[in-house]
Amino acid sequence: MKRWFFAFLPLILLGVLIALFLAKGPLGLFKAILPPIQELSVERIVLKPDEILLHVVNDGPDPITIAQVMVNGAFWNFEMEPNSTLSRLGRGRIRIPYPWVEGDMEHITLVTRDGVTFEAVVEVATVTPTPDRRYLSTFALLGVYVGVIPVFLGLLWLPFLKTLRSGWYGFFLALTVGLLVFLGVDSLVEAIETTEKAPETFQGMGVLTFGLSLSFLSLSAISRRSQMRAKEKGEGYQRLVLAFLIAFGIGIHNLGEGLAIGGAYAVGEVALGALLVLGFMIHNVTEGVAIIAPIARIKPSLKHLVLMGLLAGIPTILGTWIGGFSYSAIWAVLFLAIGAGAIFQVVFEIVKQMGKSTSGGLVTFGNVAGFLTGLVIMYVTGLFVAA
Amino acid sequence: MINVKIRNFELGLFLSLVSLGVMGGSRDGDASEKTEATRRSSTTTSGLVSAYEMGMGTVGEVSPDAIGIDPMTYLTTWNFNNLPPEEREKFYQESKLPDGRTLREYWFYTVDKEIEIAPGVFFPAWTYNGQVPGPTIRATEGDRIRIHFLNQGTKPHTMHFHGFHPAEMDGSMPHQFVAPGDTFLYEFDAEPFGLHLYHCHSTPLSQHIHKGLYGVYIVDPETPREEARELVMMMNGFDPNFDEENEIYAVNTITFYYVNHPIPVKLGELVRIYLVNILEFDQINSFHTHANFFNEFRTGTSLTPNSFTDTIILGQAERSILELRFRFPGKFMFHAHKTEFAERGWMGLFEVMEDVVEAKE
Repeated sequence: MKRWFFAFLPLILLGVLIALFLAKGPLGLFKAILPPIQELSVERIVLKPDEILLHVVNDGPDPITIAQVMVNGAFWNFEMEPNSTLSRLGRGRIRIPYPWVEGDMEHITLVTRDGVTFEAVVEVATVTPTPDRRYLSTFALLGVYVGVIPVFLGLLWLPFLKTLRSGWYGFFLALTVGLLVFLGVDSLVEAIETTEKAPETFQGMGVLTFGLSLSFLSLSAISRRSQMRAKEKGEGYQRLVLAFLIAFGIGIHNLGEGLAIGGAYAVGEVALGALLVLGFMIHNVTEGVAIIAPIARIKPSLKHLVLMGLLAGIPTILGTWIGGFSYSAIWAVLFLAIGAGAIFQVVFEIVKQMGKSTSGGLVTFGNVAGFLTGLVIMYVTGLFVAA
Repeated sequence: MINVKIRNFELGLFLSLVSLGVMGGSRDGDASEKTEATRRSSTTTSGLVSAYEMGMGTVGEVSPDAIGIDPMTYLTTWNFNNLPPEEREKFYQESKLPDGRTLREYWFYTVDKEIEIAPGVFFPAWTYNGQVPGPTIRATEGDRIRIHFLNQGTKPHTMHFHGFHPAEMDGSMPHQFVAPGDTFLYEFDAEPFGLHLYHCHSTPLSQHIHKGLYGVYIVDPETPREEARELVMMMNGFDPNFDEENEIYAVNTITFYYVNHPIPVKLGELVRIYLVNILEFDQINSFHTHANFFNEFRTGTSLTPNSFTDTIILGQAERSILELRFRFPGKFMFHAHKTEFAERGWMGLFEVMEDVVEAKE
């Protein structure tokens, strides 16, 4: 009883303090001196024939009223739902009947009651996909090309890896580590960059830290358990679990990547050229290699291999769907961070495995060469994506 | 064009990969792409007015007291002639000097006031007598003008007139700034005849002008001009987000006001516009009438027109008297032929009618 009292005492006092502050405190002082701070984020821009639709969220501390809208410098008619005033974290949709031009850049300016303006830009105007069958299948196909097929192609290297002598095997494991480190850093940097696009109130960095910790720590717990079980089920079991973990990590990474591709396509930021799709295909073949490297020495069943391929590849499709139809920067941050955490965790596991199975230490010429080769492969294949 | 190409290329890639049998997709993507394209060019999905109708413009209406004076009344108001006599006396009195000349006395004050410059958009203005533009002063050449000025604002302000006057009446030097709460008496002769303006000359100058401290000052020639329907128009603009660029342009402060409330004009009658440009930040402003030409009297200082045209350009503080007659009934646009300004509010309509029901005088 006493213990619970002390557990909640600070919280109760805080509540009392807040109540007092709101009722009698110097709140008026803060309010009177500072002009209203207005923040507004445009979460999504949907283009329909002769119509622009904006999804906005008020992420400032004070209510905002959208009084007028300009498109390309001209005042324009608009309609706002549910109404033109947004409370803190309130969301609204602004519908503008505007004859936008395919392929042009469109500037939208929102003017608030106090004359504060917020800008939104459509880089390349084109009709936003609506979630009908055709677009779902288009995005699914996109996901298959950039996610599923490359991973399976990579898996096909398994028979080749099996034939390798021990020294070369270490080289390929190190190469895998190189691939994964590159992928992890790429994920992390993209997550950090995406935090800039998310409304400030959502604290992108906090979400990022959470996602990173979530995947890293839960995968650590899972692999620790698999190691304990390995004593009864054998070394092969542990390696299989590791391969699944890698596939999972890459899958989550691909989910984030799919979100980014789908989102960018949907908001008209990129015209998805054929080259970009090809680039992702080449780049992602490396992911298959990364999965099979730890299990080259055991005999994984075909069923397991197919499952791993799907685990790594299918999330790309989900990502492009979600990204294409309801892109939200903060979710992209979360998934990219989860992907990064998962990848760093499996890097840790592989390195641990390598340490156990070699007697001459980790930092051999072969391993270093493998690691660097992995980075270079990612770099070179990444050049295709930068198109 | 380039973008369309890329999109088709991409579609081609998809289709070729599908036909390779890598994925069991369907080929009807091609057909639906075509129908999508045709649909795009013909329909509007919006329940609002079509984008090709009058989609341009602001949404809603300003409140009746948006700028301290009804914008329709402002057009025909000078020397506070919109006020009932006992109210008018507080701001304007006329008397004769011993030498027989007319003395026109005005009571002006500056005050900070929030005005509505577009429906729902408010601006923390500095005003003369609570209105933007300030009240129009009108005298005849040779009259004596006396202005009792009181600064009720929060910054030092002045009244600086364009016209002849002694140095101490210029309201422009730092020692001539009138501190908040202080008063000053401006006194000078009304000359030369023409169309002029007054504005605050405190520093920072651009701020004091842009915030709304300006008004029209008309000096009539001793022999009056021909009888006409006279309209006062101040071309102005606002920068409500303070980025030193105007977001709002107008004639007489409110965006598109005279589009929503066309100015009634009688067919064939002489219309005289007193047009002043006070626009801050932008280098020029312009005025254009549709389906009509006007005589332009630059600065109104001559009775012979300088040009006969339908479009003129004015820099800041430049002004012209324009005289025109409408030949056809109907609605005729007038706007800045600087389309950017027109699209941001500087646009209006004349409604030409066989007969005009005169507004309350």
